[in-house]
Amino acid sequence: MKRPPLIARPVGALGSTTLDAVAGMGRFGGFLLQTIRALLDVKTWGPLLIFQMRRLGVDSLPIALFLASFTGIVLALQASYTFTGAIPLYFVGTLVGKTMILELGPVLTGLALSGRVGASIAAELGTMRVSEQIDALETLAYDPISYLVVPRVLAGVLTFPIIVMFANVIGILSGWGTAINLLDMSTEEFVRGLRLFFQPFDITYSIIKTTSFGFIVTIVGCFQGFTTLGGAEGVGVATTRAVVISSMLILVLDAFWAVLLL
Amino acid sequence: MSIELVDIHKAFGNKQVLRGFSLEVPDGETTSLVGFSGAGKSVTLKHIVGLLEPDKGTVHVDGQEVPTLSREQLYELRRQVGYVFQFAALFDSMTIAENLAMGLRKQGGFSEDDIRERIAESLRLVELEGFENRLPAELSGGQRKRAGLARAIAFRPKYLLYDEPTSGLDPVTTTVIDRLILKMKKELGVTSLVITHDMSSAYRVSDRIAMLYEGRVLESGTPDEIRGTENLIVRGFVEGKPELVESGEEPRREGAQRG
Repeated sequence: MKRPPLIARPVGALGSTTLDAVAGMGRFGGFLLQTIRALLDVKTWGPLLIFQMRRLGVDSLPIALFLASFTGIVLALQASYTFTGAIPLYFVGTLVGKTMILELGPVLTGLALSGRVGASIAAELGTMRVSEQIDALETLAYDPISYLVVPRVLAGVLTFPIIVMFANVIGILSGWGTAINLLDMSTEEFVRGLRLFFQPFDITYSIIKTTSFGFIVTIVGCFQGFTTLGGAEGVGVATTRAVVISSMLILVLDAFWAVLLL
Repeated sequence: MSIELVDIHKAFGNKQVLRGFSLEVPDGETTSLVGFSGAGKSVTLKHIVGLLEPDKGTVHVDGQEVPTLSREQLYELRRQVGYVFQFAALFDSMTIAENLAMGLRKQGGFSEDDIRERIAESLRLVELEGFENRLPAELSGGQRKRAGLARAIAFRPKYLLYDEPTSGLDPVTTTVIDRLILKMKKELGVTSLVITHDMSSAYRVSDRIAMLYEGRVLESGTPDEIRGTENLIVRGFVEGKPELVESGEEPRREGAQRG
């Protein structure tokens, strides 16, 4: 076949990339619809939900709390450094509380969990795909979406907000510990700052964000795992894609919720 | 009731794998489908249980037209068909007993005692007694294949599909698997389709053998008829002689160029 002229090749490459992207979105849309339909198959996913909640949620707590505790320390120190001489120091409490609840708690935990949870789902389901275990489920009359995808997605949606609430508390506690030990602040000052601009909606906002992050991380991981092609290399590609795409979508959603709700 | 594939066409992207493939697997018999690696044998098998849909043509199993079945009807049909995967496809995270219990639990109507009994009986049939609590990773290749077979027969299907049951096994284990295939037919009365490229195995287990070549059945017959075939491509394949295959392909190529 005659090759296209040099100048037309980038246009061709752009066209083919666009077509691939549109086809990928179409496949993802179909996968999403199948997942929604599989929600009705409670008999299949119901018994697996608690196990997945423990695996994806409870087992992720240590990493989320580790991140949050160091974030709290840094937030308190940076706030004090920025405010010195200009703003009363009790605003350290305000900044630590607001930033943890509204932004860093949900986003940092979401990004960490996209690495831990999203990657593990994509690798596990990808391996099941290439070793025909997903086909085997089908031949045993199980709907693989009900059996593998729904419990993971629901576990993510239900447990991510709980993890992030714990992370927020630990972040604020570590900020408080830093304030009273390393900065010239008392507990009363820190709490005064913390309560100053606090609104119950902050918690709602944090929960809405993290619920959407839980959904994105798990559904992207499942989709990448299900569409894995080839052998070990394909599993590696799917895992990397799951982490990259869900991390990007977390940042996009973060901006989306800020524009919509703040 | 039997398995019948009628004029199946299937392509993946630009690659046309099946081009008018037709085959009937008679009731109570074992048919082997042989052919070169990459010829589309496993693709054919996946059409029978609806894991793949044909671009054109149809598949009848147990009197039902597979591509037209609803999801629920397809799952109902799959309870009649046991599928033995090439690499067993056992669920890694489960013990062998849990693997076998999956199909039984889905089928319903079994108490936990019935399930335990059925698992033990199925493992005995494939000579894996006492392996209930082992994980797939703790088994050898041959044992894994037998465990895969035990899972496929646990719910006593009418039909058994074997995807390369002896590939990668040593000659002794191959014979053990072949005997198991014959045993399944004798003791469970199943209708079987075996995908293989191992001719000695095909001769041992089959009532009929069909050869898949360039997307359709090139020749089919009893093992003796296949042994005595005049078709150069089939002879080249069954005798393992590439020069015969080439001689058989030449006139086809010339015909294609002329036509």
